[in-house]
Amino acid sequence: MGIDMVLESGNSLIRPGAVESAQEEIRSERVSREQRQTVGTPFVEDARMTCRGVEVFYGNKQAINGVSIDVAKNEVLAMIGPSGCGKSSFLRCLNRMNDTVDICRVRGEILLDGQDIYGRQVDVVPLRAQVGMVFQKPNPFPKSIYDNVAYGAKIHGLVSSKSELDEVVEDALKKAGLWDEVSDRLEQPGTGLSGGQQQRLCIARAVAVRPEVILMDEPCSALDPIATATVEDLITELKQQYTIVIVTHNMQQAARISQRTAYFHLGDLVEVGATDRIFTNPLHQLTEDYITGRFG
Amino acid sequence: MTRQNKSTMEMVQRGLARRHRREKIFRFLGMAAVTTSILFLLLLFGSIIANGWSAFRQAELSLEVSFDQELLDVDNLRDANYALLIKRSLREFFPQVEKRRDLRHLYKLVSSGAAFELQAMVMADPSLIGTRRLVTLPADDEVDMLLKGYIPRDVPESERRVSDQQIRWIDELVAASRLKLGWNTTFFTAGDSREPELSGIRGAVAGSLFTLLVTLLLSFPIGVAAAVYLEEFAPSNRWTDCIEVNINNLAAVPSIVFGLLGLAVFLNVLGMPRSAPLVGGLVLTLMTLPTIIIASRASLKSVPPSIREAALGIGASRMETISHHVLPLAMPGMLTGTIIGMAQALGETAPLLMIGMVAFIVDVPGGLTDPATVLPVQIYLWADSPERAFVERTSAAIMVLLTFLIMMNGTAVFLRKKFEQRW
Repeated sequence: MGIDMVLESGNSLIRPGAVESAQEEIRSERVSREQRQTVGTPFVEDARMTCRGVEVFYGNKQAINGVSIDVAKNEVLAMIGPSGCGKSSFLRCLNRMNDTVDICRVRGEILLDGQDIYGRQVDVVPLRAQVGMVFQKPNPFPKSIYDNVAYGAKIHGLVSSKSELDEVVEDALKKAGLWDEVSDRLEQPGTGLSGGQQQRLCIARAVAVRPEVILMDEPCSALDPIATATVEDLITELKQQYTIVIVTHNMQQAARISQRTAYFHLGDLVEVGATDRIFTNPLHQLTEDYITGRFG
Repeated sequence: MTRQNKSTMEMVQRGLARRHRREKIFRFLGMAAVTTSILFLLLLFGSIIANGWSAFRQAELSLEVSFDQELLDVDNLRDANYALLIKRSLREFFPQVEKRRDLRHLYKLVSSGAAFELQAMVMADPSLIGTRRLVTLPADDEVDMLLKGYIPRDVPESERRVSDQQIRWIDELVAASRLKLGWNTTFFTAGDSREPELSGIRGAVAGSLFTLLVTLLLSFPIGVAAAVYLEEFAPSNRWTDCIEVNINNLAAVPSIVFGLLGLAVFLNVLGMPRSAPLVGGLVLTLMTLPTIIIASRASLKSVPPSIREAALGIGASRMETISHHVLPLAMPGMLTGTIIGMAQALGETAPLLMIGMVAFIVDVPGGLTDPATVLPVQIYLWADSPERAFVERTSAAIMVLLTFLIMMNGTAVFLRKKFEQRW
């Protein structure tokens, strides 16, 4: 499915064949550190989201320099990279959460199922219903578990009766693997759950809206290893129905759960490729430096 | 020993005593500061209560009044000579007093308001006519003062307002249990009066409540709306900064300036009634708004951004995010700010002087446009009155005002504790 290419930074000019296919053979030659064009396979055929030349500015400071990448249907795309490399900023472009930051400007093109999400006519409310988000720190509403999950379905008018709403809540909690633990105390506050349960509650809350894409911004960074394992299993489950883009600092996690991995470096998308290949045979010197722990 | 071969432990030990001493001195200073402020507070409360508690008791005379048919014309009960009924009753009790001058002094023992009380009694129940009853009537304020010990008996007669003869009569009445100190209901049921024994705080309390009602109904919604707009919607540009600076400045404007503004705008331009709680409320709204806006913005700011992100992240609109999540979390802080603003407004005198709420008003106001005064202005008016009996009333009114303030602040603390969310 992959098309190997180098992408000119800042536009969508594609030069096929500039870097020869490198997926199977082990190469000793890496793309040098100075080279900041995306190597690997950023584009796929059945893309759910397509991003072309995305640039993000905070005031005058440019945080992302022309990133182009596709997100395929029903895949888990992991975004890794050192702190401050722009991976979270990029993630937040995908459902326009950056709109809430006054000084943030986004340039370039991001399409969801062929529709430009930064278009003039686009309303962020339905967009965010299609592209849900789970944040770094579990942030349940200080309301009951039930209300937390039901909220999205309620405001979007996805249900017409109480019994339907009950179903949606049960379904979402089951998908988030939380139903067995909380089914007997749905009226208790969501903030009373443990950290891992809270994060799964947040995932259930996102799932209850039935989005197409779920964005996860380091969802396990505040969790212990056991809770992390539960959430990872859950992500693998959810992949069947949803497209998931996950930002993580944990490379083992990226290796465990994702099909494709994107490596960001100081605002540049340096390399994208199948996860197995990235971790065994990176094309770019910077990627290798990072995954081998030379910095990061 | 040089620095090199001393261990860290030794060096730390050397300075330790000095460090502990400093901490002790700081702790002592802090405790001294707290003790001083508590002492001042106790002094304030102590002196007010010591001065004011006696106002809650009032000298009352029990007189046997015969409601003579010849004096009370059933068709014209309003204009009957009720004072004469009282005079007759007093003459009955003191048959030995005959001289006109002495009689005049005797009649002075009863409050001038007693006749009106009789009038009200008879008009409410005309069946009293022709009967003879023991009626409790207010004594004059000088009698009250003497009974409470504020008028010394051992000074020469010319130096006190109660004559020796009156003191004898008073003692006689007390001995016959006809004159005693009873619970002062008038203080809580009457409006203001020139006669201390007939004056009460009900008018001022009602005026304060009406004024605060207007203030609350206007300043809370306007203040919260302004705070929400500024905090959540306003773009951050020079205009917003300018507005913010001005709101902060407004909070520091002396309150009398708001009174002048109210006089110029509400009374002179808009032609609103003078001395009305409506105008008082409007003026206090202007004064309270900055406090509420600042407190509300602070409490909106303290709502963690993660809650906003959570709501926005699943597609809530901005308005839904604010009304479903941010406002409920910010509400305790906003309420606290509002109550503190209200408490400020309740204690405010200066701006109300400018719009005529300082007038002497006897009637208890029944609505927003009736002439009224408020508690602190009533205190000011009483403090200004020459009669000895108004001194204790001033303190008593302060006690009532403080009670309201403590209750409001208590409510603020309670609300904050009750609705505080932890996450």
